[in-house]
Amino acid sequence: MNSQRAAWCFVAPALLVISVFFFLPVLAALIMSLTDFDIYALADLRNLRFVGLRNYIQLLQTPLFWQALGNTLYFVVVGVPLSIAASLGAALLLHSRLTWFKGLFRTAFFAPVVTSLVAVAVIWRYLLHTRYGMINYGLQELGIPAIDWLNDPQWAMPAIILFAVWKNFGYNMIIFLAGLQSIPEDLYEAAGLDGAGTWQQFRFVTWPMLGPTLLMVSILSMTGYFQLFAEPYVMTQGGPVQSTVSVLYFMYEQGFKWWNLGAASAVAFVLFAIMFGVTLLQLRFAKGGEV
Amino acid sequence: MKPRALLLNGLMLVAGLLTLFPLLWMLSSSLMTPGESSAFPLQVLPKSPTLFNYRELFSHAGIGQYLLNSVLLSCAATVLSLLFNVSAGYAFAKLRFQGRERIFKVMLGALVIPSQVAMLPLFLLLKYMGLVNTYGAVLVPAMAGIFGIFLVRQYALTIPDALLEAARMDGASEFQIFRIIVLPLLTPILVTLGIFTFLGTWNDFMWPLIVLTDKELYTLPVALASLSREHVQDNELMMAGSVLTVLPVLLLFLGLQRYYIQGLLVGSVKG
Repeated sequence: MNSQRAAWCFVAPALLVISVFFFLPVLAALIMSLTDFDIYALADLRNLRFVGLRNYIQLLQTPLFWQALGNTLYFVVVGVPLSIAASLGAALLLHSRLTWFKGLFRTAFFAPVVTSLVAVAVIWRYLLHTRYGMINYGLQELGIPAIDWLNDPQWAMPAIILFAVWKNFGYNMIIFLAGLQSIPEDLYEAAGLDGAGTWQQFRFVTWPMLGPTLLMVSILSMTGYFQLFAEPYVMTQGGPVQSTVSVLYFMYEQGFKWWNLGAASAVAFVLFAIMFGVTLLQLRFAKGGEV
Repeated sequence: MKPRALLLNGLMLVAGLLTLFPLLWMLSSSLMTPGESSAFPLQVLPKSPTLFNYRELFSHAGIGQYLLNSVLLSCAATVLSLLFNVSAGYAFAKLRFQGRERIFKVMLGALVIPSQVAMLPLFLLLKYMGLVNTYGAVLVPAMAGIFGIFLVRQYALTIPDALLEAARMDGASEFQIFRIIVLPLLTPILVTLGIFTFLGTWNDFMWPLIVLTDKELYTLPVALASLSREHVQDNELMMAGSVLTVLPVLLLFLGLQRYYIQGLLVGSVKG
């Protein structure tokens, strides 16, 4: 009995904090998304009304929301595979028996991950500058005309994707590296004896053995990429012509710029539902692949 | 030497340089005189390196205050997160109490909820508590977290039960056991959780942007984002600001890499 009480002394503080500052707000967000919580309700709670699903219905009729959703999907659908390919490539290089200075390169590849997103977004905004950015300078040296990266609606999102891949690939690389190290060496030896070349060893040993790692990495990356916010906030302010407004950016503006907290909560839940749905699909897809 | 080894090492060198280039360029141009980095033809190294931009940041942009804010907040968040998560993580691993498995399962399930869902009501809650626009509001989400508890629990599971039983036989109280036996054994994961929290708080942007309105309270990333809107053209100055924001955490990571990567691997095997 006494040990029960001691155990509760250990967990209660953390559980209390998480309940009050996480679980309670999540529940409140669900309720709030069904109300017209706006700046008037912020001033006086008596102005609050229950509106049912009106926020959600209105959201579906808001063109900017669809644009934000489209932009975010573009970022996820192009960004996640690119990021995973870069991570896997770097991990394979670091894992190879033929490469030198592995510790040094591992640290170099990982460095962008620990940097502050705002600081490196500032750097990239400068690297991508139309006239004196290093990237255009390099392109022009190669005879390619300069691109107005962040001011051209066609190029703004690709530029942000490029930046995000650079910033994030080191994280998944570490996970892939651990996955590669756990593949038993004799599988490669057996494949080698059967006459499999490098590509065939990758195709028939490495790739299938990495399956679970790949699934985890793609779920983690995808949920991370759906939360796009600071990059457009710092680099483009959602522009040009709203081509980089993400769902979270839209939520931030609805909530903390226009104080439409009810509508913003609905946005948060729609985003959550989409992320949850895509994760379930990935899991189902992975299971189907195994059977 | 074999051509394949040459090819692979060459590839790695190119990838490494491409990865580090933005950071090296940031450092180099932060030491240039104003306007030098946008002069043609572009040069990679400063003609005569100067600390002018750093002096400007401290004397005119008041970056010393933001640096101090970031240091204080990150340290406070680290201490708080250790206090709350370590005891809870240990209890979930080693102590028996009613509903332990059920509560833990609910928490693991809640890991799929993105923190932004809680953001709007949390803001209101803190507003009614009078905490908005104070350091308290920044610290609240960092205090205790499901991920931190999970991290500590995974590590604490490796502590042998016999060790704890022996101490109980000797008449030690649960708190004595925790302090004298468990905490020293958990040191590596304490360091890991500490770095995670410190880096997380230092680099966090969206939440401090929402809850802090007074300039004097800004953390480095929030200050840098607002500075960069005012000083769009002052590249060298902004690069110096980026160096000050990036360098401390980069050094911390370089010093404690092993712990960071260990935590990353434990943390990614959830589910």
